[in-house]
Amino acid sequence: MIDILSQFGRAFLYWDGHGASGLAMTLWLLVASLAIGFTMAVPLAVARVSDNRWVSLPVRCYTYVFRGTPLYVQLLLIYSGLYSLECVRAHPTFNEFFRSGLHCAILAFGLNTGAYTTEIFAGAIRAISHGEVEAARAYGMSRFTMYRRIVLPSALRRALPLYSNEVILMLHATTIAFTATVPDVLKVARDANSATYMSFQAFGIAALIYLAVSFALVALFRRAEQHWLAYLAVGRR
Amino acid sequence: MFLYGFGPVLLAGTLKTIELSVLSLAVAVLLGLAGALAKLSRRPVVSGAATAYTTLIRSVPDLVLMLLLFYSIQIAVNHLTDAIGLEQIDIDPFAAGVLTLGFIYGAYFTETFRGAFLAVPRGQLEAGMAYGMGGARVFARILFPQMMRFALPGIGNNWQVLVKATALVSIIGLADVVKAAQDAGKSTFNMFFFVLVAALIYLAITTVSNVALIWLDKRYSLGVRKAEL
Repeated sequence: MIDILSQFGRAFLYWDGHGASGLAMTLWLLVASLAIGFTMAVPLAVARVSDNRWVSLPVRCYTYVFRGTPLYVQLLLIYSGLYSLECVRAHPTFNEFFRSGLHCAILAFGLNTGAYTTEIFAGAIRAISHGEVEAARAYGMSRFTMYRRIVLPSALRRALPLYSNEVILMLHATTIAFTATVPDVLKVARDANSATYMSFQAFGIAALIYLAVSFALVALFRRAEQHWLAYLAVGRR
Repeated sequence: MFLYGFGPVLLAGTLKTIELSVLSLAVAVLLGLAGALAKLSRRPVVSGAATAYTTLIRSVPDLVLMLLLFYSIQIAVNHLTDAIGLEQIDIDPFAAGVLTLGFIYGAYFTETFRGAFLAVPRGQLEAGMAYGMGGARVFARILFPQMMRFALPGIGNNWQVLVKATALVSIIGLADVVKAAQDAGKSTFNMFFFVLVAALIYLAITTVSNVALIWLDKRYSLGVRKAEL
């Protein structure tokens, strides 16, 4: 145990001698993919609840495909699949982008969490009370202003409990990044395992790190709920 | 040629995936029922152990747990066989996959069943007792059938997550549909196509499960009137 910690402790946390690794890499994967997912999800959720079928159907297809297939397969498709295509390799920008495992992982994770987050936000928008929208209309707000001032602030707040779940699941999903050679916590654990043959300790340390991050995220979201959902008196004991 | 002659390999992989999912589901449901009963137990030791199980398992990524359990169980078995002087027993990866997935998803099912058990009105159980039924009979005749209706949406969710989690077992060396697609892709230099086929197979499995779940939901909601809004 001490051996692994002295040899791989730094790699588990932030630096493996070549670049960022371990916990730092895992958190970067998480933050980058959540940022992509969130920015995609807000407009897509608005489109998803639209009455116009031509607007809502494409979004529905997107969430259906990305929620219906495993993230590991999506990552394989982007990392191994796209890069094996001649037309992708021939293009210099695509070649540069898809050669990097980190880029592919962030793209796959972003698209995946974007699909789940879209459905979460769309559900929250649908659950908005009738009166709030009517009041906004009565004030003469345009559609855009109504969404910006009334619908989205309320829906995003109400989506917070479900969104926190999605964030934890995304943290857990980042573990497959090692299959695209990204040096996250699990990759370091696998390196430590193959170097020392102490499987239980190596993966145990990784499990403890993920456990700590999960607990920290849960605590963070509880504070956020107390702050933003105080008027609903949930999240309070 | 259709699928470059890899059709049978992919089919075998698909069947392996389904087999693995169904068997893990069985293990997870049994563990979930036991866990939910333990969590609702009045004995603090029992409910504490169940709470520790669900909290720990649900806070650690399933892939980490899979690798942890998979490698550690093999090493523990090796130590055991060494100690009693037997030859090394290699754990069957399939059995290990079923047990680890079942163990992990058992924690999620525990939470689903606990909520569902609590949703059954207490008065109904008391009525069963008043009829002179024993604890087991109350469970089988009153608690379980009604609990299933409340648990079904959660079970459906967990099942969909479980099916997708089986894609990870190819990492510990099982020949599921993902592994079959990767092998086919490598030998035909057509990775994109075969991974796409694997994705479509998963999409088909989730679609069929969705339809089945809607049917089951109707079946278990017979005799319950919906509020008309």
